[in-house]
Amino acid sequence: MRYKLLTAALAATAALQFAGQAAATDLEVTHWWTSGGEAAAVAELAKAFDATGNHWVDGAIAGSGGTARPIMISRITGGDPMGATQFNHGRQAEELVQAGLMRDLTDVATKGKWTDVVRPKSLLDGCTIDGKIYCVPVNIHSWQWLWLSNEAFAKAGVPLPKDWNEFVAAAPALEKAGIIPLAVGGQAWQSSGAFDVLLAAVGGTDTFLKVYKDKDAKFAAGPEVAKVFKAADDARKMAKNTNVQDWNQATNLVITGKAAGQIMGDWAQGEFQVAGKTAGKDYTCLPGLGLNEVIATGGDAFYFPLLKDADKSKAQEVLAETLLDPKTQVAFNLKKGSLPVRGDVDLNAANDCMKKGLAILAKGAVMPWTDQLLSQDTQKQKEDLFAEFFAKPELTIEDAQKRFADLIASAD
Amino acid sequence: MQGRECTALTQPADEMSKSERPNLLFRNLNAKVASIPMILTAMVVFVGGTVWTVLYSFTNSKLLPRLNFVGLDQYYRLWAAPRWLISIENLLIYGAISLVFSLVIGFLLAALLDQKIRFEDTFRTIFLYPFALSFIVTGLVWQWLLNPDFGIQHVVRDLGWTSFSFDPLYNSSIVIYGISIAALWQGTGLIMCLMLAGLRGIDEDIWKAARVDGIPMWKTYLFIVIPMMRPVFITTLVIIASGIVKVYDLVVAQTSGGPGIASEVPAKYVYDYMFFAQNLGQGFAASTMMLLSVVTVIVPWAYLEFGRRK
Repeated sequence: MRYKLLTAALAATAALQFAGQAAATDLEVTHWWTSGGEAAAVAELAKAFDATGNHWVDGAIAGSGGTARPIMISRITGGDPMGATQFNHGRQAEELVQAGLMRDLTDVATKGKWTDVVRPKSLLDGCTIDGKIYCVPVNIHSWQWLWLSNEAFAKAGVPLPKDWNEFVAAAPALEKAGIIPLAVGGQAWQSSGAFDVLLAAVGGTDTFLKVYKDKDAKFAAGPEVAKVFKAADDARKMAKNTNVQDWNQATNLVITGKAAGQIMGDWAQGEFQVAGKTAGKDYTCLPGLGLNEVIATGGDAFYFPLLKDADKSKAQEVLAETLLDPKTQVAFNLKKGSLPVRGDVDLNAANDCMKKGLAILAKGAVMPWTDQLLSQDTQKQKEDLFAEFFAKPELTIEDAQKRFADLIASAD
Repeated sequence: MQGRECTALTQPADEMSKSERPNLLFRNLNAKVASIPMILTAMVVFVGGTVWTVLYSFTNSKLLPRLNFVGLDQYYRLWAAPRWLISIENLLIYGAISLVFSLVIGFLLAALLDQKIRFEDTFRTIFLYPFALSFIVTGLVWQWLLNPDFGIQHVVRDLGWTSFSFDPLYNSSIVIYGISIAALWQGTGLIMCLMLAGLRGIDEDIWKAARVDGIPMWKTYLFIVIPMMRPVFITTLVIIASGIVKVYDLVVAQTSGGPGIASEVPAKYVYDYMFFAQNLGQGFAASTMMLLSVVTVIVPWAYLEFGRRK
């Protein structure tokens, strides 16, 4: 019996491998989109690619980007490249490109007039290294959102805040009603991201760029940034009773009204949608924390490793074109809850919050985000600092700012 | 008697091999050939990998290894990083706890099981069972148990003791002890089994002799049995110690280093900096420090243990 099972299993694997090799234009695409909404969005991409006569072999890697990226990178550097892979555009794949492992897409881009259709232009800048284009941006995700539970504010008897300052002022009343004012999950990237959002909202776009783009350590130690640290101190006090780890658990606290608000990127919207909540009625979103309505142009992009197989290389080009196709863009982004990278598509089905985002985008109020400005190394150090800052009340604002400035001084 | 027979038998053989020892290299040729793969693996993978890692820890390699030497920069940065210092401190606390408690509890359980009790097999299975679970599962189970909102604290509060507070995983100053609890729960069963095997290896006659001399049981254990179990203790020590240095998955499953960075451990620092931060140099420097700490413990011990016999 056991032998039979074993042989059956072996035969099945062999058959699968044959099937894999039979069609020459199979393209394996790796990504880390595994939650419900994300998987539905990827299915749209796969459908569009399959319609071109090629075959999308799905290589989803469970866990977050942090888990998936090391796997992808070691496959590329280890000589077993996939057909295409997701990264956050910016500096995550920088060294892979410099090492000559990734494919130059400039020809495809010129043919498709990407520089004209992709909006905002800074998205393509994130894909460009030494004047050559190496990736296809597929969506815009921005971090700067404050998600508020209407129910929680009604319960505490305070009006819905219009910006961060009003939100901080409402915190005592919320606490009195037994509500956690701000939900911040225990994962390091969440506290670090929340600080970046505060830096961009309380400090302003210029402050943000001076610190992260110019890496001005003196400025980072100065009074402008001290104001931001004061706000972060408020945030950690408001968040001290959050006993959850994952971001979606924190979002769930807001959905159920146990917490009043959360600083999280627009991907949080998917959770509200899955829970059947309506924007404006059950929850409210404040882009830029209501202080500085600017959207960061972070997001996801597909990179194409350099392949020897001519057929597969051809399929890569087709995939690159498909990803930017207006129809694919709409179908994908509606499911993903993110904003499309083209300005010329119609998003009537978008909800309240997405429309707010689109309006800001249309005004051209955009800024680069940390993925584009800082190396992964610096980002990790920043995460370590803010994870400690949010969890340890004994770490004073002054000490934290001094360590932050040191970090910026050695940043790259 | 048996022993004497054995030596009597082997002696002529020994003399024979001495008289016609043609070439040392070809003695036991089969065994030598068979162990070539393992020797190669040890040399290339372990020693080679170690040397490579140490070498590249002096470079500024980021995502890809590059031979661009920067001296001790990575080490300066490492020892200035608050997270690394916390990791080291945690490792020391965790190490002390798991070494002392798993030895003491493991031995006590084994000694109790050794009293010719009924259902010994059942108890042994129960105690050893946690060891069948991976650290990840252990970590998750204990994460739930220690979660104040639905774990032990919640249950006790529901019983009426509303001021009861037990949330070690959410308190920065004691989180490492919370992690140690899970480690002990998982690991003591194995230590108990090793100890039990050691105890069973003690000749029944020794117990009888001790009893005839009127030595109390605890004294027999402490002064006769434990010294006789020296080899078992050394094996156990090595197993526990290697488990301490490489602790990683338990922390990831229970707290992922939190709250904040209060429960970080060195192995996690290495992994995070090599793969998440894409800074190989920094990760290599940290792993070299881990190697160094193991070497500083192993070398003096090995010298005492093996050097003395020669």
